[in-house]
Amino acid sequence: MSARRIIAVLLENEAGALSRIVGLFAQRNYNIETLTVAPTEDETLSRLTLTTFGDENTIEQITKQLNKLIEVFKVVDLTEGDHLEREIMMVKVRAEGARRPEVKRTADIFRGQIIDVTDNAYTVQLTGPSEKLDAFLRAVDESTVIEAVRSGVSGIGRGDKILSL
Amino acid sequence: MAEMLSGADMLIRALQDEGVEYLFGYPGGASLHIYDAIFKQQKVEHVLVRHEQAATHMADGYARATGQPGVVLVTSGPGATNAITGIATAHMDSTPIVVISGQVPNPQIGTDAFQETDMVGISRPVVKHSFLIREASQIPEVVKRAFYIATTGRPGPVVIDVPKDSTDPNETFEYRYPRKVALRSYNPTLRGHSGQIRKAVRALLAAKRPVIYTGGGVVQGNASADLRELVDRLDYPVTNTLMGLGGFPGTDRRFLGMLGMHGTFEANMAMHHADVIFAVGARFDDRVTNNPDKFCPDATIVHLDVDPASISKIIRADIPIVGPAAAVLREMNQVLESSLDRNPDAIDRDAMADWWNRIRRWRSKHGLDHDQRHRGDSPLLPQQVVQAVYRATSGDAYVTSDVGQHQMFAAQYYKFDEPRRWINSGGLGTMGFGLPAAMGVQFAYPDATVVCITGEGSFMMNMQELSTCMQYALPVKIINLNNAALGMVKQWQDMQYGGRLSHSTYRDALPDFVDLAGSFGHAGFRASSVTELDEVMSEVFSPAYKDKLVFVDACIDPEEHVYPMAIKGGAMDDMVLERQPARA
Repeated sequence: MSARRIIAVLLENEAGALSRIVGLFAQRNYNIETLTVAPTEDETLSRLTLTTFGDENTIEQITKQLNKLIEVFKVVDLTEGDHLEREIMMVKVRAEGARRPEVKRTADIFRGQIIDVTDNAYTVQLTGPSEKLDAFLRAVDESTVIEAVRSGVSGIGRGDKILSL
Repeated sequence: MAEMLSGADMLIRALQDEGVEYLFGYPGGASLHIYDAIFKQQKVEHVLVRHEQAATHMADGYARATGQPGVVLVTSGPGATNAITGIATAHMDSTPIVVISGQVPNPQIGTDAFQETDMVGISRPVVKHSFLIREASQIPEVVKRAFYIATTGRPGPVVIDVPKDSTDPNETFEYRYPRKVALRSYNPTLRGHSGQIRKAVRALLAAKRPVIYTGGGVVQGNASADLRELVDRLDYPVTNTLMGLGGFPGTDRRFLGMLGMHGTFEANMAMHHADVIFAVGARFDDRVTNNPDKFCPDATIVHLDVDPASISKIIRADIPIVGPAAAVLREMNQVLESSLDRNPDAIDRDAMADWWNRIRRWRSKHGLDHDQRHRGDSPLLPQQVVQAVYRATSGDAYVTSDVGQHQMFAAQYYKFDEPRRWINSGGLGTMGFGLPAAMGVQFAYPDATVVCITGEGSFMMNMQELSTCMQYALPVKIINLNNAALGMVKQWQDMQYGGRLSHSTYRDALPDFVDLAGSFGHAGFRASSVTELDEVMSEVFSPAYKDKLVFVDACIDPEEHVYPMAIKGGAMDDMVLERQPARA
């Protein structure tokens, strides 16, 4: 059964390491929905989170193939256990006339913050699981969205589980 | 105090410290400092090739025959891109080669400089790993890592891209070659999981219709002796993949021959009807399994491989074991020995007797003995040529091949009793591999008989290396199965495209191969009948030609097809065994 997976990867923070991961996905016909990467508290390491779709076999192959890359330390399918997932979105929404208070109220309901204002638009910042961001876009009516930028998903295991060397 | 060396000198010194004998290469602008460093020393012998693809195949052939890494040096741009096919060949067959490529100076990278290409980028999908030298001081450490990565775990090609400024002869550094290497993110498995090993032994002992199916991992992993020991204890049938031939003796009574698309009838039938399949260092390639959905319906799969990603990739393993073939088989042999000591009847002897009887019936019904149709002066059959080579070399040659019908005939009819004797491009299927690979083997073993069984199509893809053979006096024996066609393409067109031979023949455009060989100072012979073949063979492998390259142009029946042949989309027991009446 095909399902959405969040995979976290710990890798050497070296030039070229990211291209090997992205190349692997293209080369083996795996899809990437979102991808985020940044150095960790240990600056010699980067942590990458990606979301993908696939059945059991495909996900098993993805984790094995990622592990084969020389610069990769650890690979975890976060969706296998309890985890937290967050994505940040900044979205510019048309806000004129009667729509102006409506957009504000909707942003409040979704615990968004208005971080920039013009005469006819609000820029709203939202954080949460990807589904929540999708729901917000539907709630404000997608035709009023001028521009949206999303960070891609970051994930972390719940409780004592950590991904480290 | 440590010696002060330039980047170029450090690079060559590091190769010396790795024990590198030969460097197969071709110079160019970006690698000139390195070539000057080569000139100043004698320990590493450089072999000047005629095309960089051939250099990679030579290194690959050297590596496959010896188990030691082969090393290549090419320049930037076209030198690097020409090497790609050979790197991909080594990658698909997991052979350890290290390819050093010149690169434009660091400050020029990314400016579309003369002969610049992104070698790390262009090689990325076909290497085990790659390095770009940013500073000359990194060179010793990077070389050490490159050799370590290439030769450990599942071996593979490693590229070191060396920008010209890092080899500047005017800048020197303290040279120290690292004694050890530790990579925190790379730790290949050294032994198998004991629990899994015991489980595997139990499954093997409980089997009533077992087959041991072994691949290149047994050859590359130096596990042949351990495999023989296992088979001696169990007395189970063994089949080899194309890459695995020689991993188990080809003349052993328990050997079923090669399996797969052009495997023997008995090997494929035994696989299909097996209740336990023990795969060792084999990867369930599509040329073996045919349709994975119909693959061996009754079999419990025990899969041993050093690469976890090879396990359950195509066929789900019931008992996976990750580890090097030799270490795991050794442990299995111990477990097996104590199990059989405790209970000598652990193996169901009656079931095994039945199983061997079935196999014998398959073997007698459709063996590979339907090739003696032509005799005397009738057209030569390719199978007869391979059998003649086998007899003339007493089955003891190193045999390389290219890709196509001749490759399958060689695999079917030359019985390899030892590992590392059969050297061919199995995974990538690279035409042009055979001659340079044979040259690499001949460099490694100057006194050995090295035969390249090829076809005229493949041979012409790297025939410029006849010149290299002349320069280094390499006595390779080239057996050209000349059917004046791209035989395997033609076979498919005969079978599946109504005989429409779209661009697979060139009869009127072939050179006189005997004259061609002669023009490079080599010896050439032609054989068009069995009688001529016997005469030629007794000459070619006689002491008179021990030190000469000999080219045998064997003009074979162009209508011959390779059988058995798997039926597309079928199970392993779906095979065509002989030529069918032509379909419109």
